[in-house]
Amino acid sequence: MIRALIGALVIGLAAPALGIYLVQRRLSLIGDGIGHVALTGVGVGLLLHHSPVISAVIVSAIGAVGIELIRQRGRTSGDLALALLFYGGIAGGVVLVGLSDDSSNANLMQYLFGSLITTSPQDVVVIAVLGVAVLTAMTVFRPALFAVCNDEEYAKVSGLPVRTLNLLMAVTTAVTVTIAMRTVGLLLVSALMVVPVAAAQQVTRGFRSTMALGMVIGLGAAGAGVAVSAEIDTAPGATTVILALAVFVAIALGSGVVRALRRRAHHPREVEPPDVVLQG
Amino acid sequence: MTAADPKGVVDVRHLAVGYDGREILHDISLSTQPGEVVAILGANGSGKSTLIRTILGLVPAARGEIDLFGTAQRTFRDWARVGYVPQRLGAGSGVPATVGEVVASGRLARRGIFRPSGTADKAAVVAALQDVGLLDRIGDPVSTLSGGQQQRTLIARALAGHPDLLVLDEPTAGVDAASQEAFAAALGRFAAGGGTILLVAHELGPLRPLIDRAVVVHEGRIAYEGAPPEPAGHHADPDHDHVHPHAALEKAGICEWAPTDRMTNRMTAN
Ligand SMILES: Nc1ncnc2c1ncn2[C@@H]1O[C@H](COP(=O)(O)OP(=O)(O)OP(=O)(O)O)[C@@H](O)[C@H]1O
Ligand SMILES: [Mg+2]
Repeated sequence: MIRALIGALVIGLAAPALGIYLVQRRLSLIGDGIGHVALTGVGVGLLLHHSPVISAVIVSAIGAVGIELIRQRGRTSGDLALALLFYGGIAGGVVLVGLSDDSSNANLMQYLFGSLITTSPQDVVVIAVLGVAVLTAMTVFRPALFAVCNDEEYAKVSGLPVRTLNLLMAVTTAVTVTIAMRTVGLLLVSALMVVPVAAAQQVTRGFRSTMALGMVIGLGAAGAGVAVSAEIDTAPGATTVILALAVFVAIALGSGVVRALRRRAHHPREVEPPDVVLQG
Repeated sequence: MTAADPKGVVDVRHLAVGYDGREILHDISLSTQPGEVVAILGANGSGKSTLIRTILGLVPAARGEIDLFGTAQRTFRDWARVGYVPQRLGAGSGVPATVGEVVASGRLARRGIFRPSGTADKAAVVAALQDVGLLDRIGDPVSTLSGGQQQRTLIARALAGHPDLLVLDEPTAGVDAASQEAFAAALGRFAAGGGTILLVAHELGPLRPLIDRAVVVHEGRIAYEGAPPEPAGHHADPDHDHVHPHAALEKAGICEWAPTDRMTNRMTAN
């Protein structure tokens, strides 16, 4: 339980710290696609009796770099190429897992939807180390990554190593997807990257504050998700995502109410317009 | 500043550029001297943006040479000396960003990506925003600014890096008169400080007094080079303005800058 909590908290912080750049680029769904590709890595690991986490990192990193290269080309066929990669990834994963010795459905579900209970001490160390690496990269390079995501051409003219930064982001996405696979599962990974950011940006004015609030929401949702799921015996990954979505809705409603009140305050004695019947 | 450079700030020799095999610019030679303000004019689609984007290395050249500050563009590394003002804010805006954050990215060329932002960076951001009259909006999301104010944010971003050369793509397109004046004033101060400016424009408007030299691009070549041409309305048939009171930009571009007899001289001379 403690192990599960630590893993979840690290991912709750790291996923939105990376996800904000994806959202800024309007690539919110890319994490989902890389999650599909990572499943092939899991299958490879199970088949070769190696750690599925390590093979998933490698395969999804290759996939992410491939996607980045397609994006750089900017071809119209890029969208289709991505679709082929994603479906190839998930189909390949299901087939490979099926071929492995431990081909039970439960095993597959554990990677698709996460399973904190089976998190080993070794896993927690891997999650913590990689999670801290992701967090460090995303915060140290925030100005440069912001510049690249905000205006790639300007960043190029500024002489920034745009290609390297893009590859860094692709590899980081793959790493985040893989470590989050243990907590929320490959199918819900993207939600933890995107939903906290989407919730935060409803009330923030700047990039930095969005990142900070998104990380707080991610951390809170992940922590509460583990606690709640243990209490009422639900899947921790899905519970975490539901909680993050609840925060999104709460902020949407709350800020709507505040806006309405403020408008009322600005026009305190606004007279109700008389009901006019336009045409008899 | 740039006065010590033996060569021009931007030197373009026999440049040809195309997209997917279709050549847009055939043979462009252009040079700007330190402290000069050069306007690139031409009709829509004549390749003005292509020209400056090639100079900045965003579009590959098919033939010809480009030097920046006397160094071949291919090996040029001192990008902090160049400030680029694109026509529009980049497409990536899925997350709110404040005016201050956008302008702060103009410091990265000077600072590098490893050093965190320091007091000098913050002071430069404040000074640049003051220069374009937007300091009071520093904490506002850029998406809440008008088109003209966003344009001024972009020039502040370029100015924050203290460049020696400013390259601007249609900085005043779709910008109201007040913003255009603020824009022209900021550019004027930059030029007065010895800075070199290369700008693409459709209508010079309040920028006209700043321009030392105009270059008209037509059919992939330079059709005219010299003093900025007077707007068509000034010397054309007085009825002209009444016949086309709100002529489309495109039309204005063609009738204002299309080659005249004066230009044909140069074209045949080439
Ligand atoms: N990325 C691109 N790919 C293919 N063709 C392009 C691309 N960018 C521009 N072109 C073509 O190159 C030509 C010149 O375009 P460019 O944008 O340089 O013109 P411009 O003079 O800046 O026009 P405007 O006044 O409308 O800004 C046009 O015919 C355009 O269709
Ligand atoms: Mg253009």
